[in-house]
Amino acid sequence: MASLNINGKEYQLDVPDQMPLLWVIRDVLGLKGTKFGCGKAQCGACTVHLDGVAIRSCTTPVSGAIGEITTIEAIGNDPIGQRLQKAWLDLGVPQCGFCQSGQIMNAVSLLRQNPAPGRDEIIHAMSGNLCRCGTYNRIIAAIQRA
Amino acid sequence: MTVDTKDPVLLANVSRRRFMLGVAGGSALVLAARWDWAHANTEEEQKYGAAGMPGGWTDDPNVFIQIDADGTVTLVNHRSEMGQGIRTSVAMVMADELGANWDQVKVQQAVGDHSRYGNQNTDGSRSMRHWYGPLRRAAAAARQMLEQSAANQWLVPVEEVRAGVHEVVHEPSGRTLGFGELAEAARGLEVPDHTSLKLKSDGDLRFLGKETGIINGELKSAFPKAIDGEDIVSGKAVFGADVDVGDRLYAVIARPPVYGATLKNFDDAAALKVPGVKKVMSIEGTGQPAAFKPLGGVAVVATNTWAAIKGREALSIDWDNGPAEDNSAYTSGSYREALEKRSQSPGKVIREEGDLAKAMESAAQKVSATYYMPHMAQAPMEPPNATVRIEKDRAEVWAPVQNPEATRNTVAERLGFDPANVIVNVTLLGGGFGRKSKPDFAIEAASIAQTFEGQPVTLQWTREDDLQHSYFHTVSVDHLEAGLDENGKTIGWLHRSLSPSISSLFAPDPEHKVDFELGMGLNTTPFNIPALQLENPPASAHVRIGWFRAVYNLPHAWAIQSFAHELSVAAGRDHRDYLLELLGEDRKIPNPSVGDTWNYGEDPDIYTINTGRMRGVIERATDEARWGKELPKGRGMGLAFHHSFVSYTAVVFDVEVDDAGELIIHRADIAFDCGPQANPERIRSQMEGACVMGIGIALQNEISFQDGVAQQSNFDRYLLPRMTEAPREVRVHLVDNPDVPMGGVGEPGLPPVAPALVNAIYAATGKRIRSLPVGDQLKA
Ligand code: FES
Ligand code: FES
Repeated sequence: MASLNINGKEYQLDVPDQMPLLWVIRDVLGLKGTKFGCGKAQCGACTVHLDGVAIRSCTTPVSGAIGEITTIEAIGNDPIGQRLQKAWLDLGVPQCGFCQSGQIMNAVSLLRQNPAPGRDEIIHAMSGNLCRCGTYNRIIAAIQRA
Repeated sequence: MTVDTKDPVLLANVSRRRFMLGVAGGSALVLAARWDWAHANTEEEQKYGAAGMPGGWTDDPNVFIQIDADGTVTLVNHRSEMGQGIRTSVAMVMADELGANWDQVKVQQAVGDHSRYGNQNTDGSRSMRHWYGPLRRAAAAARQMLEQSAANQWLVPVEEVRAGVHEVVHEPSGRTLGFGELAEAARGLEVPDHTSLKLKSDGDLRFLGKETGIINGELKSAFPKAIDGEDIVSGKAVFGADVDVGDRLYAVIARPPVYGATLKNFDDAAALKVPGVKKVMSIEGTGQPAAFKPLGGVAVVATNTWAAIKGREALSIDWDNGPAEDNSAYTSGSYREALEKRSQSPGKVIREEGDLAKAMESAAQKVSATYYMPHMAQAPMEPPNATVRIEKDRAEVWAPVQNPEATRNTVAERLGFDPANVIVNVTLLGGGFGRKSKPDFAIEAASIAQTFEGQPVTLQWTREDDLQHSYFHTVSVDHLEAGLDENGKTIGWLHRSLSPSISSLFAPDPEHKVDFELGMGLNTTPFNIPALQLENPPASAHVRIGWFRAVYNLPHAWAIQSFAHELSVAAGRDHRDYLLELLGEDRKIPNPSVGDTWNYGEDPDIYTINTGRMRGVIERATDEARWGKELPKGRGMGLAFHHSFVSYTAVVFDVEVDDAGELIIHRADIAFDCGPQANPERIRSQMEGACVMGIGIALQNEISFQDGVAQQSNFDRYLLPRMTEAPREVRVHLVDNPDVPMGGVGEPGLPPVAPALVNAIYAATGKRIRSLPVGDQLKA
């Protein structure tokens, strides 16, 4: 039995302790905005927040997800999330969009810790998030604009 | 939500209050716009362009446009969205011609049905080039029907009315009626004949061809906004496995590691003990050639994806490599050596001009080089997946597929169903790059779902599955030799190009490149050299070879553009000047004259190879990059160009390599000429993306095989470009060239990137890389 707090809601779930948070979020709770890209902490597509900090949900067992979890579906309630979403749209960042939930979640976490990151700081913080469509330069510009 | 799963059949059950245009009429029409969009692809061209594609084209407004009484304009997009922005671009084409207010436009995704929508196979960079004309005509017809409907209501001649933005105006009286108000009455009107269609003039267009978005660092305007943008940034966008189909099962498959191997036996006892696992079952394989059919293996079906993955880990399986023949001995190193050896002796001649032997004999200097490009996996961020529900003799599929019609037909074939009873709902694709033009994963899902009648099953490929069982980009060895005269001018050119063919996927391995592969930049080599010989020695396929964005243009551009640079170095000449000399006087090269019978499916009289456009992009990219400017030590510029998908691209990189061999990419300047531009903002984003992907091809991408098994299984060893590899600056320069037919966009940005980068590395370091990826070759 796992208790989870996701996007402000409490859940009691009968799932194995070792089940990665990603699959609980996607398959058990049906929140499909968080993506599966590698399952091995290599791509960042599955990024969510635990107490406001970006984590990889694909390698976080549900038993370790103690605290407040936020997913992309709720990031628009966060003022930083809102600003980033707007910057993303203004600059036309997404191509296919598949990586972008994770990109935005990681960017929110970055701006929360460092409100005005320089280019190198952005690259350092964001290089764990792959984008096969190659939207990196627009992501950097959007973070700087938000 | 972008996919309405409750209402999958788009137009069959449209409410009566909707405007459904009448029966399509009309034959060929002739209307002069600049490029004749109205005329393009009308019936008299039977062979080329959209007309040459399975399913052809339609410009029936009834198929694409609906208007509700409340003014909502629903535009149907029948092409697959994989990041190129086609849902936005298709809507822009119709909304602009129709006069629709962008905020009242909705896009509905078509199910797979060639008979209704025309060709839907989203590959070959041809959505806009084939559909710009028909979609504008469909929208013009709808607009004229709205105008006619208003004229009828006002009892005035139609010449006095004109559609504005989302309304029709009676000019003399100033009266207006909104599109929504007119929809009902317009419905009963006949679709205007092609001959009476009037396309808007360029000056009346609001979206098409207009520069928006961010251009070289500056935001022009964020309008019209991307159709799926808000859904994407808020996590609501529906990719394959995100469809809401209610209660369902999840599955993964263990596939034979070697292409062509079969299942001998398996033990599922431990797998069945994994909590959540419901069933373990074998999946019938296909043998070789596999085409789009599953590789076979063992499926684990569970209540969630993780349980299925854990169940698969607990399987023990014996594979039989017998049927795989020599594929189980396929090892990249020795295969490469064999191809390199073969590249030293003559092969099948595919093009011959002048007397090469004589030219080489008289040469003052000879240069030769051999280039290698490994297998690569497309690796879209969204791994393949498909959801299928089967009820009796009917199947419904939800999947991120580039080719919904092929999905429908192959799923139907596998299930023994009538294709009419297979509905393919196309979700958003989290990247495609050619991988998702092969619907094998949908057939796999259908095979599993057959066992769970009435219950949807989602088959998920893991990243390991994706990298180990891709339809891999081919592997290639290209050997070139050239003779230079005493002035450094190239007088003889020999190119032997070896790589296994994609056609081995569908038929017995021809061991030679077929027409479309040769036509991807090999027999179309545009240089004006007195003696030129192109050869294609044999190379056999041992894995599934498939399309990868830009396909055979990648190795051809890589080798030819690297070698042209090597020749300029040998001649002691500036690379740009030398390239322009190789091209010679501006001229048109009729494709048949160089043995190119393919030309991306386009009419060679219309889309003739044009070296003037090559010169144009070379000059634009180099001028913008300030080619030739003084650079500090350890820094250099590299150039490459390529013609593909009937468009023209040149790339200049400005790079630095430090003493430790660390590469810094300061800037990329990309000049692109695709003729008329529908949505320049998305053209720019395609060029930027191609630049990053090409950097990965140059520096990182490699799938290698040992005994037939792919050696990379996740992003720890199959390296993709990250933000750290992105150029500090990417500048895209779109060439204004509206007076030619439209070219492709999604792929042509990619081929010149890797050679331009490697040429820049040479300029910075004096180190010539001939084997991709660069990897750690720059490290001391
Ligand atoms: S899916 Fe978690 S990092 Fe890739
Ligand atoms: S936008 Fe497609 S993977 Fe990033």
